[in-house]
Amino acid sequence: MKWIKGFFKTFFLWELLVGLSLTGRYFFSKKITIQYPEEKTPLSNRFRGLHALRRYPNGEERCIACKLCEAVCPALAITIEAEPREDGSRRTTRYEIDLFKCIYCGFCEESCPVDSIVETNVADYHFENRGENIMTKEKLLAIGDRYEEQIAKDRELDAKYR
Amino acid sequence: MKQDILLLIWTVIKIVAIVLPLIIGVAYLTMAERKVISYMQGRIGPNRVGFGGMLQPIADAMKLLFKEIIIPRVSNRYLFLIAPIVSFVPALVAWAVIPFGPHLVLANINAGVLFVLAMTSLGVYGVLMAGWSSNSKYAMYGAMRSAAQTVSYEIAMSFAFVGVLMAAGSLNMQNIVVAQSGGFWHWYWLPLLPLFVVYWISGVAETNRAPFDVAEGESEIVAGFHIEYSGITFALFFLAEYASMILISALAVTLFMGGWLSPFQGIPVLGAWFAWVPGLVWFVLKLCFFLYLYLWMRATFPRYRYDQIMRLGWKILIPVTLVWIVVTGALIELHVGPWFS
Repeated sequence: MKWIKGFFKTFFLWELLVGLSLTGRYFFSKKITIQYPEEKTPLSNRFRGLHALRRYPNGEERCIACKLCEAVCPALAITIEAEPREDGSRRTTRYEIDLFKCIYCGFCEESCPVDSIVETNVADYHFENRGENIMTKEKLLAIGDRYEEQIAKDRELDAKYR
Repeated sequence: MKQDILLLIWTVIKIVAIVLPLIIGVAYLTMAERKVISYMQGRIGPNRVGFGGMLQPIADAMKLLFKEIIIPRVSNRYLFLIAPIVSFVPALVAWAVIPFGPHLVLANINAGVLFVLAMTSLGVYGVLMAGWSSNSKYAMYGAMRSAAQTVSYEIAMSFAFVGVLMAAGSLNMQNIVVAQSGGFWHWYWLPLLPLFVVYWISGVAETNRAPFDVAEGESEIVAGFHIEYSGITFALFFLAEYASMILISALAVTLFMGGWLSPFQGIPVLGAWFAWVPGLVWFVLKLCFFLYLYLWMRATFPRYRYDQIMRLGWKILIPVTLVWIVVTGALIELHVGPWFS
C-alpha cells in the first residue's frame, strides 16, 4: 500500500508541484533586500570599525603613550614612538595603525587606560593610494574629532556592562 | 528576375522581423530570469542600471561584446570558433516554421514539425564541438553529458510530437493550430496531457536548463562545455540557450496550447469581447507563461543526478509516451470529446 502511494506521488510529480507552489508563494512575498548605500542595517554600539584617537573636552589628546595597545595587538598593527613634550608630559610622537594588518579585534580599545584609542562604527571606507592604509596620528585624531559625538554615545550605552 | 529579387528582399525583411524581436526577447529573458529568481528568493534583483534596472541586459551585452576572445593554445581553433555558431543558428532557423498568426508564418511548409525536430537536434552538435575542441576535461565532460542527455530526451520528445501529429493529422504547424480551434478546452493539452507533460520535461532537458543542467553543472564541472569561452563566443552560447528556451516554449504553445488561437473562442460573451485581439498577442502571452514556467522551475528544483536523468528519460518518459500514443489512437478512433469529433 505504501509502495503504491509512493509510486503515485512520484509519478504525478506531487512533491515537485508542492515545491513549485512554495516558490510561487515566495514570488509574491515581501522582499527583504536592503538597498545598501541608501538604507543601512542597524549597528551595535559595540561595532568595531575604523580606529580613532580621542581627546579630552579641553582639546588635550588622551593618549599617554603607555604602549599597552601596541603590546596587546595580536597582529602587530600598532607602532608607537614616544618622547616627553615641552611641558614635560609624556606623549606619542608617532602613533600608527596599519589597517591591512589590523584584524579589528578591539583589544587596543580594551587595554587603553584612558579610553584614547577606540574603534568607531565607521565600516565603509577605502584607500585610493598605496600607503594610505597606514593611519597616522593626525588622521586618527581627525577621525576622533569628527565622530566624537557618536563615539561618546556608544561608550555611554556600553558603560553599564563594563 | 525582378520578381525574384523583390521576393528575396521581402523574405529578408520578414527574417529580420522575426530575429530582431527574438534577440531582444533573449536579452530581456535574461533580465526576467534574474528578476523572477530573485523574487522567489526574497530578493529584488538588478535594479540599478537604467530605468529600474531595465537597461541591465544592454549593459551585460556590451560587456560581453567588448571582452577579449581567448582561444586556448591547445584547442582545435577552427572547431572552437565555429561551435558557438553551430549551436546558435539552429535555434534561430527553427523559428521559420512557427506560426505567429493566421497568416504570419515565414515558411508554411508541410513537414514543419520534422523541420523543427531536426533543428532542435542540431543544436547539440555545437555543444559537442565546443566541448571537444576546447581540449579541457571539464568541457569534455559537459559535452558528453549533454550529448547523452539530448539523445535520450529527443526520443521522448519525438513521441510526444507523434501524439500531436496523430491528433491533428498533419505535420504542418499551421494546420496543427487550426485543428485545435474552439477555445481553451479544445486545445490538445487536455486529451494529450501526459504527452504535454513529457514534452515539457524533455524540452527543459533538451535546452539543458535546470533541473537538467548537468551539461553546465557549475558546481561540479564549473561551466561544462563553455568553460573555455569568453566574450562574444560565450555570448553566442548564451544567446543559443535562451533562444532555444523561447523556441521550446513556442513549440509547446503551438502544439499543445492552440498557438495563436484565442482561449475564449466559442465561449458566448467573452469570445465576442476578445475577438478583436490579434493572434500574435495570444501567442506572446502563452509564450510568456511557458518562459515563466522555465524560470519558476529553475528557481525551485535542485539539479538531477546524472543517472536519475537517464532513468527518467528511458524508463519513465518513453513508456508513458508509448502508452499514451496508443490511448490517443483509441480516442481518435472512437471520436471522443470535442477534440476528435
